Amino acid sequence: MRGNFLSFVKKESLHILRDKRTMLVVMLIPVVLMILFGFAISTEVNNINVAVVVSERTDGISDAVERLAQNDYFTFKGYISEDDIDPWLRSGKVGAVVVFASDFDRRKEQAAQGIDTKPIIQLIVDASNVNTAGSATAYLQSVLLGSASQQAMFETRMLFNPQMKSAYNFVPGIMGLIFILVCAMMTSVSIVREKEVGTMEVLLVSPVRPVKIIFAKMIPYFAISCIVLVTILLLARYLLGVPMTGGVWGIFSLSLLYLMLSLALGLLVSTIATTQMAALLISAMVMMMPILMLSGMLFPIENLPKFFRVVSNIVPARWYIDAVRKMMIQGLPIVAVWRNCVILLAMTVAILGVSLKKFNDKLE
Amino acid sequence: MSDIVISVRDLTKRFGDFTAVDRISFDVHRGEIFGFLGANGAGKTTAMRMLCGLSYPTSGSGSVAGYDVRTEGEKIKRHIGYMSQRFSLYNDLTVGENMRLFAGIYGLGAKQTEERTVELLDRLNFSSERNTLVGSLPLGWKQKLSFAIATIHRPEVVFLDEPTGGVDPVTRRQFWELIYEAAEAGTTIFVTTHYMDEAEYCSRVSIMVDGEVRALDTPARLKQQFSAESMDEVFSTLARGAQRGE
Amino acid sequence: MRAFIVLVQKEFLQIRRNSFLPRLIIAFPILVMLLMPLIMTMDVRNVNVAVVDLDRSTTSRRIASHIEASEYLTLAQTISEYPLAIGALEQGDVDVIVQIPSNFERDMLVSSPERISITANAVNATKGGMGMQYIVQTIARTLVELRGEKSPAKLSELVTIENRYNPTLNYRHYMIPALMIILFILICGFLPALSIVGEKESGSIEQINVTPVSRFTFTLSKLVPYWIIGLFVVTVAMLVARLVYGLVPVGSVGAIYLGAMLFILTISGFSLTIANFSETMQQTMFVMFFFIMIFMLMSGLLTPVDSMPLWAQRFTTILPPRYYIEILRSVYLKGTTIAELWLNFVALGIFALVFNTLAALTYKKQA
Repeated sequence: MRGNFLSFVKKESLHILRDKRTMLVVMLIPVVLMILFGFAISTEVNNINVAVVVSERTDGISDAVERLAQNDYFTFKGYISEDDIDPWLRSGKVGAVVVFASDFDRRKEQAAQGIDTKPIIQLIVDASNVNTAGSATAYLQSVLLGSASQQAMFETRMLFNPQMKSAYNFVPGIMGLIFILVCAMMTSVSIVREKEVGTMEVLLVSPVRPVKIIFAKMIPYFAISCIVLVTILLLARYLLGVPMTGGVWGIFSLSLLYLMLSLALGLLVSTIATTQMAALLISAMVMMMPILMLSGMLFPIENLPKFFRVVSNIVPARWYIDAVRKMMIQGLPIVAVWRNCVILLAMTVAILGVSLKKFNDKLE
Repeated sequence: MSDIVISVRDLTKRFGDFTAVDRISFDVHRGEIFGFLGANGAGKTTAMRMLCGLSYPTSGSGSVAGYDVRTEGEKIKRHIGYMSQRFSLYNDLTVGENMRLFAGIYGLGAKQTEERTVELLDRLNFSSERNTLVGSLPLGWKQKLSFAIATIHRPEVVFLDEPTGGVDPVTRRQFWELIYEAAEAGTTIFVTTHYMDEAEYCSRVSIMVDGEVRALDTPARLKQQFSAESMDEVFSTLARGAQRGE
Repeated sequence: MRAFIVLVQKEFLQIRRNSFLPRLIIAFPILVMLLMPLIMTMDVRNVNVAVVDLDRSTTSRRIASHIEASEYLTLAQTISEYPLAIGALEQGDVDVIVQIPSNFERDMLVSSPERISITANAVNATKGGMGMQYIVQTIARTLVELRGEKSPAKLSELVTIENRYNPTLNYRHYMIPALMIILFILICGFLPALSIVGEKESGSIEQINVTPVSRFTFTLSKLVPYWIIGLFVVTVAMLVARLVYGLVPVGSVGAIYLGAMLFILTISGFSLTIANFSETMQQTMFVMFFFIMIFMLMSGLLTPVDSMPLWAQRFTTILPPRYYIEILRSVYLKGTTIAELWLNFVALGIFALVFNTLAALTYKKQA
């Protein structure tokens, strides 16, 4: 029987390896995601185009504009007239316009002495991009008026991520997503495909027990995921410089648990769906969307409305991503996330139980 | 010359190192039922696909209905009907909708389509099933429907790839009656089959082994040539030397 | 022409007969437009702060109460020892720790006191950074107030700020156009590809290939239904945005539809091209997913293109959604006109033409 089982595994592996394009894509997705998040995408604002409106160019204004042009955050796009403000903002040529009051120099002097405190600068910001608008106004104010630094009074520390790389935060999210994609989606589609084409019946009449056939189908996907897992960990460590001081083995073991959970989910979907299209759509809607939206991968869970915060508790990726984050970036040992481990284990057992039962019921 | 509908000379198809069809040559006459026999993997389907303009020949030449298979595939398609080995109508459309679709594709107008649909359904005794989803029909009916749709535009030649695979003897008989009717109406039939009894119904038969045509004649003369009792024996004699298995 | 008509009818019949698709096409856009804006917010709020008060003075208590009163900060706990606070931070119960040194109040009156230490959890860099900023500002304001000095906050009084086009800085209004594009990509990107590959797998495409129908007609017959569905999706999305989130385009609805027509055509054409190169649904799915991932992450839907390094910004010029998101956001929020955005429309037009020609040309009736 053992020989039979192995021959099934071999057949499945060959089947998967033959589709070189899918393999290539599966291997490429994590690499590209890591590079994009690591080097291309950033939620921080680091370039805003600014234009300036003045009635006359005084020394004070020139100084301010000079500081603006020197600043890395801003690109000075030139002096424009008042009529140009709307068209320039509307067409997206600039993200903010600075309007200096007339006799700026004198009034700034008066303001400093506390004589006259009427506004002397107007900032018009393109707030259609909320991300940039807030930071733009804050930076512009301090650059233009050279606000006094209160920093001296504080000693600040950024724990775990001193260089403030947003990529760190995404690595666990990417892992949570990829394994569901590879394990759950690929297995469910490939099982349903055999049902659709009719080869499943041929397999089921063979002397091998049905459950073994299913496990044989899962093993190659499990192997692929392990390769992907190692790739991601290597990239995270050496390309993005994620510290991982908490020990790689903890992350590895937890990930193996999550892989099994994903495979169990795939099996569950395959017992529900009758066509490949349905399997794909169920995987996409019921698994991918919640991971993207409710797992804290992109949007922090504490920001969610109450209802979604409650719902997010049943998304396995949420517990996995949270634990990996703690281990990978904060360097906590696996015992520190025991709660997440227990929850994931319970979910795995439950899903596997339900799907095996459904699978056997179908056979009756 | 106009009597010859299909003419093939040294037609070859290679996939990498593998020669699926190896320099085959033959002619098919108008109104004939031309049986195209061979074991699984002998290259029948590949040869047929080249004649239908679904696949480019690697070398050699061929013409169907007066058009070159190499360069005029799309013109050929206007004059032929094709029924694939694998059922390939739309399972999620009804009988009538499938007919309407293919009639429309071949450029039949609404009125013509209706006439042909009624006529074909009538001939198949199918009129009551017009609004049935094709997917829910039994296999034998599906195959008869495929044949009807392959002839909906009254093509000069109809290519049938193992049309009776997997159906019961009664349905096979009915199917061959349809083939005869079409042939009598002047349509040339090019048919591949496994069943040697069906080979007996053909006007002429060619037998392919390992990508080559090894024999071609009327069933009677083939039996004589190989001093065999039946086509089955003729086929066994030829197929024994085959290199390619299943 | 007749062939085209019956083919389009066939597509619609197939979609209608599918047990899943009609529900998907109607429910998915509504659900996404209803729920996602509630979820997609990157606003940094609810920063949990722990105060380690070693001073136990009026000043330190005032700082804590100001933190509590802040809109963005939540005073999670007051802890006596720093290590305990670090433990809470590691567990994720606290985001920022503020430690006020002993004798802070006394020293402050005399000379320069020991510095207040602020420790932020920067695993989420944005949250850590913003949290830090809020705290520094809050405490600085408290101290200034206590000293009774002329507030440097006066500086900000010298500047008036106009948040034009989105005065309340509503994040939802910013994300809704992006959501609409995600919807188009998912619906009009996946479905046409799956429909072609489905025909390949079921074998029905062979029955089509053996007919004289031209590959342009066939490709067009696959495009038109999804084009119509796409326009239905735009309409639904715009209605939900208006009725639920009160977002009404400032610019012309015509510009939005024109952009949608071009964009949907582009994305469906792209989808069909991928399908022509694929054999199985699984393969199609993964290849599409790969590209869609790049489209969604790199086009400026979720993060600003301007924040990317130059090489990445150059790369975005070949991504169609980049042009449509610019159109949608500017028309929706700023009322930008077609004339001002003509370059984006031309770019989309070119993409639509290229991808659909490619889709027709790579469709092989004869192998």
